[in-house]
Amino acid sequence: MPVVENTILICAGGACISAGEKSVKETLEEKLQEYSLENVIKVVETGCMGACDLGPIMVIYPEGVFYQKVEPKDVSKIVEEHLLKGRVVNDLLYKGDKGDLTIKPQENIPFFTEQVKIATRNLGVIDPLSIEEYIARDGYFALRKVLLEMTPEAVIEELKKSELRGRGGAGFPTYMKWTLARNSESDTKYVICNADEGDPGAFMDRAVLEGDPHAIVEAMTIAAYVIGAEKGFVYCRAEYPLAIERLTIAINKAKEYGLLGNNIMDTGFSFDLEIRIGAGAFVCGEETALINSIEGKRGVPRLKPPYPSDKGLWGKPTLNNNVETYANIAPIIRNGGEWFAQYGVEGARGTKVFALAGKVKNTGLVEVPFGTSLRKLVFEIGGGIPNGKKMKAVQTGGPSGGCIPMEYIDTPITYDNLKSLGAIVGSGGLIIMDEDDCMVDVAKFFLEFTVEESCGQCTPCREGTKQMHEIMKKITSGEGEMEDLDKLKELGQYIMDTSLCGLGQTAPQPVISTMKYFWEEYLAHIDEKKCPAKRCKALTRVVIDKEKCVGCTACARVCPVNCISGEVRKPHEIDPDICTRCGSCITVCRFNAIDKVSP
Amino acid sequence: MLSLTECPGCKEKYKELEEFISGVKNEPGILINVLHKAQELFGYLSEETQQFVADKLEVPLSRVYGVVTFYNFFSTKPKGKNQIKVCLGTACYVKGADKVMQRLLDDLKVGMEEPTEDGLFSVHAVRCLGACSMAPVVLVGERDFYGRVTPDEASKIIEKYRRNENGKN
Repeated sequence: MPVVENTILICAGGACISAGEKSVKETLEEKLQEYSLENVIKVVETGCMGACDLGPIMVIYPEGVFYQKVEPKDVSKIVEEHLLKGRVVNDLLYKGDKGDLTIKPQENIPFFTEQVKIATRNLGVIDPLSIEEYIARDGYFALRKVLLEMTPEAVIEELKKSELRGRGGAGFPTYMKWTLARNSESDTKYVICNADEGDPGAFMDRAVLEGDPHAIVEAMTIAAYVIGAEKGFVYCRAEYPLAIERLTIAINKAKEYGLLGNNIMDTGFSFDLEIRIGAGAFVCGEETALINSIEGKRGVPRLKPPYPSDKGLWGKPTLNNNVETYANIAPIIRNGGEWFAQYGVEGARGTKVFALAGKVKNTGLVEVPFGTSLRKLVFEIGGGIPNGKKMKAVQTGGPSGGCIPMEYIDTPITYDNLKSLGAIVGSGGLIIMDEDDCMVDVAKFFLEFTVEESCGQCTPCREGTKQMHEIMKKITSGEGEMEDLDKLKELGQYIMDTSLCGLGQTAPQPVISTMKYFWEEYLAHIDEKKCPAKRCKALTRVVIDKEKCVGCTACARVCPVNCISGEVRKPHEIDPDICTRCGSCITVCRFNAIDKVSP
Repeated sequence: MLSLTECPGCKEKYKELEEFISGVKNEPGILINVLHKAQELFGYLSEETQQFVADKLEVPLSRVYGVVTFYNFFSTKPKGKNQIKVCLGTACYVKGADKVMQRLLDDLKVGMEEPTEDGLFSVHAVRCLGACSMAPVVLVGERDFYGRVTPDEASKIIEKYRRNENGKN
């Protein structure tokens, strides 16, 4: 076997793929062959490295040099300079705010150094297709320990000590869930992994499934042993084909190695795992709706009780956890519950993976201990707001969550703290909004989402969210009245009190929380018919300053709807009835003559 | 209208679907998987295809229809050959996905979900694709991701696929 001199890790997370990772890898492989290096240099595609904003990312070992935004045209330089001559390619290094180059940002910038990786321990480190690499990182050791040395009660005891709570949204103590499912008496039980990551803005489950699929296989097998199940299902969104592909490979490999299937590790314990693919319904993230969907039915939620731990899949006791929750199980077993509980704060132990997106410099996935402040997440780890803008709000928890304004930025993140602010930790999606975002419009956006995704089973959710959405449309188009705000509050309360499932019970949350913190924006839309963020189309105009316009026609040529008229060298004009406010003309004008205004 | 069984290549597709169904028929709750397979083969789920699935799985057509219409992923109408999916998740939305969507519809002169006259394209709004850091994101087909898409780049994406199609002819 030839000695491998360098190992090149290429991030194949979702963001890097969309930034062109595949063609970078292909070009690299071609180049290596050209120089006959293919046998001494190993190229490994890993899961998401987290720093999605810098993609495609390449890390070259043994030095650990971190190259960012690598394009196919950069590859020959990497091969010729770095691999052949041992010179670092400065152009591709991470540049700090002041332009300072860093060879190993993973060791010295807050985005990496402030993280504590437990659930995402293997992301960006191993080849997700290789079971050997997973095992080399202590994979399946927890399963071995459980099967050979621990009773189910002892496993539950460790979970209790760890104080792990469900990472999918509701935050229910995991040990309790496992205890309930274990104590239910039945000849057949099931274990489910909820991989129906539907919250817009959250992509940690996708990253774990794609980057470390064996972590889920191992944890579900442990769960099955504890509650006494022989069959499990991973319910994964159809939108994540790569996750499904890699998980399928992982399941087959685990079976081949005797770590899944019949008579696991010769202990007599058997467990089989199957993937079921969703079909695009947000409500299926609700556990009973998910169960209906696995049964091949319309994914409508069931009445609770009975809870799935008593009567779940096909009427049998069922344990259902989310991907990130499972990803924490093996490390807890290996290191003990107390080890896990050293991270975080009272009521929220361990770490949480957050997806930073929206108007923040360093977008990506980060795992930090609970209790970390929002400020640290957004401004240190996230690097703050780009383009010199001011932060307006952090939206957490997707359509069930709320918008937290700047004044609460120092709040330590815990389940209870965010709840008291009218938001939730939820699945961990954090969308940062700046002064250009209209909070009324954002609230309308989320309502539109819930209107479409309401399963239609119960009236408050089906009709109520629709009516709220109509009112929001009225307000954003400049026809709102003050009494509409009272109606929104009243209706919102009814929906929260009377809906059947979590989707309906939380659907008004985005409206309620923005009304609480951004009341004056609502007033501006209603009283002054103004959109302060200049986002709402009906309340915004794009206008050309006649003094500044020189009649260069650049704007007219770029306008996709041909709404700009005027003779050459004379000031131009925009027809507001045709204009879509796309802003193309503003970008193209070299004389700063065009601007958005809200009258 | 031409019955699907008479359309070119459909006979083979039905045969493949039947084989798939007979392999999984006894697994409980398999309907959704079967529908995924059917849509993969035919591109959409016509009444005829739904009837076929119902017959082979021995479940009422009403149940099949109920499931098909519940889930966004299933379509009862034909789609374009290249499906352009615009992510309308929150991150994409705040970064201007609505403008990208509008440009695509304008360029192709179609409404949402509606195939172009030549059948080459259709535009779809999809839920969060989980590539939020690259917002706004456009996905063509199942695997071709485009990140940080501006309206102008959206136009270029269409042109790229159009050129590819023309190249084939």
